[in-house]
Amino acid sequence: MTNKYSESLDSKFKETTNLGLEVVKEASEDRLMKLSVGPQHPGSGHFRFTIKVDGDYIVYCDPDPGYVHRGEEKMCEYRNYIQNIPHLERPVIHDSTNITYSYSLAVEELLGIEVPRRGQFIRAIASELNRQVYTLYWLAIYGIFLGHSTMFMWPTGDRELFIDLLAALTGARVTHAFNIPGGVRNDIPEGFKEKCLEYIKYFEKRLKEYEDIFYNNPLFRQRTENVGILPKQDAIDLGVTGSVLRASGIPHDVRKVEPYDVYNEIDFKVQYMKTCDSFARAYVPFLDMRESCNITRQLLEKMPESGEVRVKLQSNPKGRIGEAYKRVESGRGALSYYIVSDGSSKPYRVKISVGSFRNILALPHLLVGSRLGDMPSIYWALNYWPVEADR
Amino acid sequence: MACGGGQVKMTTAPKDFRFGSFVGSIVWLLFWIIVIVSLVGLPLIFIILFYIPLPYSNGEVITPYLFLSMIVDPTRTIPIIKFLIHTDFFRAAVFPGFMYAALIAAATIFVERKFLAKMQLRIGPLYAGKIEGIFQLMADGLKLMSKEIIAPSGADKPIFWTTPILFVATAAALTALIPVAPGWVVSDLDVGLLAIFAILGFFPLIALLFSWSCNSKYPFIGGLRALHQMIAFEIPFILSALSIVLLSASLNLTDIVEAQYAFWFFAIAPISAFVFYISSLAELERVPFDLPEAESEIVAGWLTETSGMIYGLIQLGTYLKLYVLAALFVILFMGGWMGPQIFPQELIPAFTGEKIYNATVVNGIFWFTIKTFGMIMLILLPRGINPRIRIDILLHTGWYKLIVLSFINMFIVLAMIYGGVITPGGLQ
Repeated sequence: MTNKYSESLDSKFKETTNLGLEVVKEASEDRLMKLSVGPQHPGSGHFRFTIKVDGDYIVYCDPDPGYVHRGEEKMCEYRNYIQNIPHLERPVIHDSTNITYSYSLAVEELLGIEVPRRGQFIRAIASELNRQVYTLYWLAIYGIFLGHSTMFMWPTGDRELFIDLLAALTGARVTHAFNIPGGVRNDIPEGFKEKCLEYIKYFEKRLKEYEDIFYNNPLFRQRTENVGILPKQDAIDLGVTGSVLRASGIPHDVRKVEPYDVYNEIDFKVQYMKTCDSFARAYVPFLDMRESCNITRQLLEKMPESGEVRVKLQSNPKGRIGEAYKRVESGRGALSYYIVSDGSSKPYRVKISVGSFRNILALPHLLVGSRLGDMPSIYWALNYWPVEADR
Repeated sequence: MACGGGQVKMTTAPKDFRFGSFVGSIVWLLFWIIVIVSLVGLPLIFIILFYIPLPYSNGEVITPYLFLSMIVDPTRTIPIIKFLIHTDFFRAAVFPGFMYAALIAAATIFVERKFLAKMQLRIGPLYAGKIEGIFQLMADGLKLMSKEIIAPSGADKPIFWTTPILFVATAAALTALIPVAPGWVVSDLDVGLLAIFAILGFFPLIALLFSWSCNSKYPFIGGLRALHQMIAFEIPFILSALSIVLLSASLNLTDIVEAQYAFWFFAIAPISAFVFYISSLAELERVPFDLPEAESEIVAGWLTETSGMIYGLIQLGTYLKLYVLAALFVILFMGGWMGPQIFPQELIPAFTGEKIYNATVVNGIFWFTIKTFGMIMLILLPRGINPRIRIDILLHTGWYKLIVLSFINMFIVLAMIYGGVITPGGLQ
């Protein structure tokens, strides 16, 4: 009855009478086939996990990240606070504003400067737009993972709207290097507000179509509902974050829990679902996109008409001796930086804590006992970006 | 010719190109062709003409010289063409056999790509062939032919090499059973419908053989999935066609079409038509039943180790199968070639002085092709709107729901026949 595979199951799983878990409990080594999913697999990304299957059921899963490790944290120690910006956004170029957001916040605390109010608003706008870019990209891949090619093409096309806006705002399509300690690099261009409002209006129309063709599709619901259940307590124990945590019924959003910059002035709801399954994990980012449109609209309205967008720093600024910890809500959950300064112009130590790495810890718990066909829907619903996890 | 600035002359000619040597090489080539044809080719033709009895047509012996005389008088071609199109070889190879099916398959691939592109707000193939990329398929075919075929090191080589050919041959064998117009069918079997299901039964075997011979894990899983799927949908597939057999009292496909002279069987057996449609989607491994090729789970399923023309052949076979199943749906439920007569009965061109076509046949071909293409579009449609489904849902659908549905329609048909509303073969 017990074997080495059943030990990997949580205690509460052992009581359930799921056929998949029965298979796991009775798995014997001579019936298993070991499959390597990735890094040369269309369903993995820059990532590998080995699974063992007994028939159609997965009895063992071993995530193996680290194929795109770049040593970002060590690289930070050899560059000064400003030089760090462009390379820090490389781990997740689709969400490059958010990954530099919390870095900038932490460095500002070390340097003891405050960002002008207009700068704070522009930062938040860029952050929301970039969240949309990332989530659309994620949704496109989720669509193609489930064999829905239209859902791959539509978000990839609509992503261009926000890329256009960000290109007008920052001058670069994907890697913006827009947030810098002390504010943002440049002011918003003329006519940006009208363009942005127009695009968001169109995008909200498109979101309805997404819902019709993808989320309300009975075949999609059949595939994702009651699949890969991550109960509330397990989600807390495993330390998942972002949309995965919210899909397990915990309304936790860093923008709401510890508001940074101007988010305490914005009226928005934290989107969460209580079904804890793969469908909830796929649907919460979609709800977030809708909420993000709302937030952007409010930010554009409340933004001061004129003013400074950044503090003028001295060249090669030196931080005070001490440490700073700041976190923001990125597309994948809480993204935090812990920076230790020894008083020189370079950080002594930079630690990046990313949502992707915390979410992937839940993968073995969800995959064991599920079907091989559920692998893509469970894996990609974890909102995992392999490059970011490896840093 | 500097890198920066100035115009860069684009040329495909080699560097040491000289026009004189180019002309010279062509002259040499012509010289050798003339020498070889006159010394080897002509004697060979005469030897063949001497030994082989040539067929007669319209009171003339068909010789190469006859074809030469046609250049002078084009009307002489008409009896030859009439003779040729009534040979069995023409029927099997050109129409309504392989070439017609392959043309429809080629058109299907192009239409699929453009149709899907329009649905997904993109453009689709654009460059090959100037007009909306109509030669994209040829470009793809050339690419596939020029690619190296890689057989995995542990593969069972004889089976690995023969199964793709077997796949196309089996799919092409199906086209021989499809009646396209009255009298236009390669082999008019009395058990035509049964023969089609018998040949369709080979496909899971071929998929399994190929996937097993690859000696690779993902193809193996894909092959098993193909086997499960095709067997699960075989039974509702046959059962849904059975209510048509009850209605028409025949297994002969031509008879089934002719039994629909008054109304389409779709009117009496819509549930069967639905089951047939869903089962043919599963049989064809199309979305949402493309589990054997599910790329995010098992790379490319049982096609993972295919490369070059092996992949090309399997794709050709798949599209031939798509044509056959769409045509079968048209024959069983949509009245085959039946349709209003739109071609004029009497069309006599001045230079022949006689009828050049049979209006009923041409009309039949026209309606059959239109209906089949419409059906193909309907089979392509789910690819744009549906995700893939899971194997347990698929098996549940096949074994429980579809079988029950097809039985329901069969009982309706039986009740109508016993109630005297209709008789086998049409309305009472």
